[in-house]
Amino acid sequence: MNDFTPLSSTAGGLLIGVAAVLLMAGLGRVAGIAGIVGSLLPPLPADRGWRVAFLAGMVAAAPLLYLATGRMPEIDVPVSLPLLAVGGLVVGIGVSYGNGCTSGHGVCGMARLSKRSIAATLVFMATTAATVFVLRHVAGG
Amino acid sequence: MMRIALSFAAGLVFGAGILISGMANPAKVLNFFDLGGIAEGTWDPSLAFVMGGALVVTAIGYRLVLRRPAPLADARFHLPNKTVLDARLIGGAALFGIGWGITGFCPGGAVPALGLGRIEPLVFVSTMILGMIAARRIETRAPSRPRAA
Repeated sequence: MNDFTPLSSTAGGLLIGVAAVLLMAGLGRVAGIAGIVGSLLPPLPADRGWRVAFLAGMVAAAPLLYLATGRMPEIDVPVSLPLLAVGGLVVGIGVSYGNGCTSGHGVCGMARLSKRSIAATLVFMATTAATVFVLRHVAGG
Repeated sequence: MMRIALSFAAGLVFGAGILISGMANPAKVLNFFDLGGIAEGTWDPSLAFVMGGALVVTAIGYRLVLRRPAPLADARFHLPNKTVLDARLIGGAALFGIGWGITGFCPGGAVPALGLGRIEPLVFVSTMILGMIAARRIETRAPSRPRAA
């Protein structure tokens, strides 16, 4: 098994939930990251401040974790830059049409038992797994 | 000011959760989705715990919060009210999954990864924004779709 981390993953998941509840309790907003990024693009909404602040907090998390623990969280990106660019474009188009991503549909929408979010989550989990299967076991060999 | 501080704090906690959980780590995300790895013994089920933890807290928390007449720092709750399952939703979600499977990054995973100061999340987030702009352009040009009043 590849670095199974049930404790840190559950802890991180709980924090994600706390943040989603905090944003709903405070501002009455869904913590959907694709939606928050997308609504900062033109035509710009009047209510931009909280979105910028939320994204700034997200970006600040890594340096603050480093200050608190002395260790930068480590990631490993086994994907080439051109492929990241292609995938980024596809994600951008997909979340625009699909009105959300893992956080908006998979966490916030599913938590409200939204039919649209449950359907969207099932679909994107399936196509993600199918894509990984094709890239790793069919195309990659 | 209260709104900005609250929102920044929520973003910070969200970002920390993403980083601690492993959702910002494409290798880990891809190992979760690689179901072929079950037979090979390389499958990493960790991300099911991320989703589980986040869902339990959000489902209970939303229940309590949404009973209140309004949020602390806004006049009302802004909840999506569409209920129809259309091709747009399903097609968009399918496309998003393909991109997630290619890269291992989803929007919520990549934004906190920007704070690591590496090139990969930057490439992903920039092209994702281009994709969002492209989708809007296509949409506003499509003659069959009447513009919202």
